[in-house]
Amino acid sequence: MAMKPPNVPVIPAPVWRNFKELQEWEQLHKTRPEGDQHSQAFTSLTEGIHGFPGGFLVTTTADAFLNWARKSSIWPVTFGLACCAIEMMATFASRFDVERLGMVPWASPRHSDLMIVSGTVTIKMAPMLERIYAQMPDPKWAVSMGSCSNSGGPFRHGYHVVKGVDRVIPVDVYVPGCPPPPESLLNGLLLLQDQISHFRKTGRRAPPTPKVD
Amino acid sequence: MTAEQATALIAERFAGAQVTAGIPLVVMVPPDQWGAFAQFAKETLGCQFFSFSSAVDWKADGLEVIARVENLDAGFAVMMKTRLGPGVSTCASMVPVYRGANWMERECWDMFGIRFEGHPDLRRILLEDSWVGHPLLKSYAVDTPYPPYR
Repeated sequence: MAMKPPNVPVIPAPVWRNFKELQEWEQLHKTRPEGDQHSQAFTSLTEGIHGFPGGFLVTTTADAFLNWARKSSIWPVTFGLACCAIEMMATFASRFDVERLGMVPWASPRHSDLMIVSGTVTIKMAPMLERIYAQMPDPKWAVSMGSCSNSGGPFRHGYHVVKGVDRVIPVDVYVPGCPPPPESLLNGLLLLQDQISHFRKTGRRAPPTPKVD
Repeated sequence: MTAEQATALIAERFAGAQVTAGIPLVVMVPPDQWGAFAQFAKETLGCQFFSFSSAVDWKADGLEVIARVENLDAGFAVMMKTRLGPGVSTCASMVPVYRGANWMERECWDMFGIRFEGHPDLRRILLEDSWVGHPLLKSYAVDTPYPPYR
C-alpha cells in the first residue's frame, strides 16, 4: 500500500534573505541622528507650554506621568553573559518575580529599554554587546551586574577581559557582588526605577549611583 | 601491548627519547623526531586516541610542547613532550597523523605563537585575528593597552 505524502506547509521566506541585507538595514538605522527624537519633540512642546501662565504645572505633571509609565514597564533584554545570568534568571523567575514591577525579560533588543550586563565582558564579546545596545531604541538604560562587569572583577588581570563594561556603554546602576544575589539585583532595579522617575525631559540621564566594588 | 612492552619498543626505536614509567607514560622526545614519534605512537603502540595538546613556557629554557595520546584498548596513555629550545618557536605538526590535533595546535599558535609546520590551516582560534601578541607567553604583559577595553 502506497503511503500518501504528508501535507507539508510552505514556510514563507524570511524578511531578510541574507546577512548583508540585515547589515544594510542596520546601517540605515545607525545614520539616525543622536538622541531620542520623541523626547526632543516633547521638549519643544513643553517649552511652548511653559510660556503660558501656570504652564509649568502642566509640564511637570506630564513629565511625572511619562516617567511613571517608563519606569513601570522596563523590559530588560535577555542578555546573559556568565554565571551572573543564573542569578538574573532567578530574579526573573516566580520567587522574586520582577514582573510585578512591570519588567518582562524580552528576547529582542528592538523592544527593550534595559540591558542587564550580567557577567564577564570579554574583548571579543564587547563589539557584539555594543551592537546590541545600539539596536535598543531610546530612551534606554543599562545595569552593570556583578564585579566582572563593574570592573573586571576576579578576572581583571586576565588578558582578554574588558575592565568594566562602562568602557563600552554608559551604565546607570552598578550592582556589586560576585554574583549579586537576586535581592541585590532587585535592589538595583528598584534604584533604576527611582532614577527613571527623575528622568529629565531634556533626555539627559540622572547621575549614576556611586560605584561600589 | 602493555605499558612495559611499549617502554621497551620506544627504547628500541627512539634511542634519544627519555621514558619515565608511570600513568601516563611520559616520553621526552627530541624535537626533530616529534612527527615520527607521533606516527610511531599511533601505528606501533596503538595509541589511536588523541587526547589533547598544549605547551609550556619555561622562560629562558624555551618552549615545551606536550601531547597526550591514549591506547584505549590496552588501557595505557603516553604523554609526549618535547623541548624546542631557547628562542625556537617552530615544531612539526601532528595533524597528518592525528586529525584531532588541528584545533589544539591552532590554540597553541594562538596562545604561545608556536608555528606548527605541516598544519593545514594555522590561524587564530580563540582570539580575534587583529590581536597582537600571544598572551600565554611569560613575556606577554597583561596590562598592554588595548583601547578602549583595557
